[in-house]
Amino acid sequence: MELRASETKQYIKKALKDDAVRDAVDKATQTALAKRAEKVAINPFWEELRKLGHAAKRGVVERLDENLARFETECRNNGMTVHWARDAAEARSIVLGIARDNNVRTVVKSKSLTTEEIHLNKFLINEGIETLETDLGEYIVQLLDQIPSHLTAPALHLTRKDVGRIFHEKLGVEYTEVPTELLAIARAKLREKFLAADMGISGVNFGVVDSGCCVILENECNARLSVGVPKIHVAVMGIEKLVPSFDLLPVFLKLLPVSATGQKQTVYVNIVGGPQRSRSGEGPEQVHVVLLDNGRSKILADPQLRETLFCIRCGACLNTCPIYQQVGGHAYGWVYMGPIGATLIPQYLGTHEGRYAPFTSSLCGACRQICPMSIDIPHHLLKLRNRVVEAGESMAVERAGIAVWAFLAKHPLLYRLATWFPGRFQKLLKGSFPAPGYSAERALGRFDDKGFRKRFLELEKNSR
Amino acid sequence: MTVIMRVALFVPCLSEHLYPKAALDMVKVLRHVGAEIEYVEGQTCCGQPAFNSGYRKDIIPVAERFIELFSDKDAIVAPSGSCVAMVRKFYFDLDIRPALVEARKRLAGRIYEFTEYLVDVMGRDALGGSFPHTVTYHDSCHLNRELGINVQPRTLIRGIPDIDFVEMGMPDLCCGFGGTFSYKFPELSIAMVARKCRLIEASGAEYCIGADSSCLMNIEGYLRKHGMKAKTLHIAELLAESLGL
Repeated sequence: MELRASETKQYIKKALKDDAVRDAVDKATQTALAKRAEKVAINPFWEELRKLGHAAKRGVVERLDENLARFETECRNNGMTVHWARDAAEARSIVLGIARDNNVRTVVKSKSLTTEEIHLNKFLINEGIETLETDLGEYIVQLLDQIPSHLTAPALHLTRKDVGRIFHEKLGVEYTEVPTELLAIARAKLREKFLAADMGISGVNFGVVDSGCCVILENECNARLSVGVPKIHVAVMGIEKLVPSFDLLPVFLKLLPVSATGQKQTVYVNIVGGPQRSRSGEGPEQVHVVLLDNGRSKILADPQLRETLFCIRCGACLNTCPIYQQVGGHAYGWVYMGPIGATLIPQYLGTHEGRYAPFTSSLCGACRQICPMSIDIPHHLLKLRNRVVEAGESMAVERAGIAVWAFLAKHPLLYRLATWFPGRFQKLLKGSFPAPGYSAERALGRFDDKGFRKRFLELEKNSR
Repeated sequence: MTVIMRVALFVPCLSEHLYPKAALDMVKVLRHVGAEIEYVEGQTCCGQPAFNSGYRKDIIPVAERFIELFSDKDAIVAPSGSCVAMVRKFYFDLDIRPALVEARKRLAGRIYEFTEYLVDVMGRDALGGSFPHTVTYHDSCHLNRELGINVQPRTLIRGIPDIDFVEMGMPDLCCGFGGTFSYKFPELSIAMVARKCRLIEASGAEYCIGADSSCLMNIEGYLRKHGMKAKTLHIAELLAESLGL
């Protein structure tokens, strides 16, 4: 199922009609928010952590070139192979190259949005390499040929009943909706694959600059098995995923899980520091890091918008967003969704494909309030809306309307005259002022006969 | 020592044309607490709808005009958080004439939202009066999250001795208006306001108080169309009513 960001209007309409998805999304987001709030409430240093995290990320991103060079050196010192990929196609062929060089036939993958971004799964499968998602949520959406609907909870839009049905239909097992039984089914299917896999692919949550290691957080142990069991581990990482130092890593190890799921800590923290050093047989023999640009360096060029690169993909902005809560992640039409997705879509996909994304927001600011990196998402959306307009991607009728409005706003007498008409018009139509869509479920406000200015002047006159 | 506070009114579009009562009641309340009111002739729009729609170039002259018109005033007060946020924060995103840069800064420090002005500048929190009804309060997003104003309106509401103030669930949940958002994504906007109105209804309040006419228009429109009992009231209307002004 290929989604397109330019179809978001249709997806939103469709999603609003799907009560089952809306219920599932609403429940899941409210639960995550409540757990997060609990953990934040008992952490007296939460705001300090946010500041530290923001400053650390700013430091890394503002001098990304130096930091990447250092990271590369440290990774090489640790025995890893570092690859640079300008775009998705390059990243895919690098991964395929590693697979071909090592006669890889089967791959296990742990959940990674970056590999979703570059459509790695389908590519490898088409190249004849069996590629299996091992994170439960991601496994479920892969069975459905969908993309994740949430940054940290890929199958958030599905209920356990849905999962029961999917497993029954796709895996031929008996229907059950008991979570532990569902988990057991998935585990049984996946364990054999882990042991047989030639290569493991993961994403990276944090690339630690000063020590050249890749940190991967998870709850199910699938990432640990993916990176630890096969002979080859490939970590695909966006170039913005760096954190400056091992000393500062704990800040992020706190901020991410609390924000994402309301956990004090994830169940597993995997720190990949290179291939096995002795012939103990433990750990992979090769570790490859693929550093992906794919548009990130373009984002970096804008001093304001580069803040969107601070995102650690926790998904808290999705959970708290009154729009995401209504429509879920697929409505945005891309792998990064919700408020932060709305900033990334036009930046990665361009202002034509992404012309609606920055407008899928009421600019309420709940995202900025919750963001562990304090990314000023509404402010960035405003700038991106301007970019869409400057690129000539807004509707001609809107452009013309704004031009007329701007002219009137500079001429108060004409402005007053022009604003006199809607009131008359509304009266003529007995209050049913035409506002397609808006008034479907809402009564309209009434234009006042006189307006404030006139009434105020009357009040002044009478009081004298 | 009595200091006379001179207040220049900024009456945003929606107040001017659809909800003049809220702005008139603001005038009455400000006078009641001793402010001297001035209406600045020639004011039009701050430019927010166009800015939020992405038309920065178009609004530069509108903003420049606004700055010239108001920047010599000691205090400018508006019955809307989002319009104040536009001037105080978002004007800084515009490439205005260099000659106006200082004036913009001065203006940003002198434009106030109504409840902010009453509580933070005039130091008035309990105005007294009487309003023996159950009310709840909706946090408008720009007022709450751009300007950080959420205590002031509640302080003023609680300052009415016989009022019964109840918080609704998620008072800071967006009502779904969002200006042009409401016609760009009408179905989504309606789903959001429906949720807000259910929360208002569940609070049992007779009145939903707000400080932005835009959100109130959205909420009131849904409540009325769906025959829900709660009414909306701008906080200036509430205060004027409770004081019998």
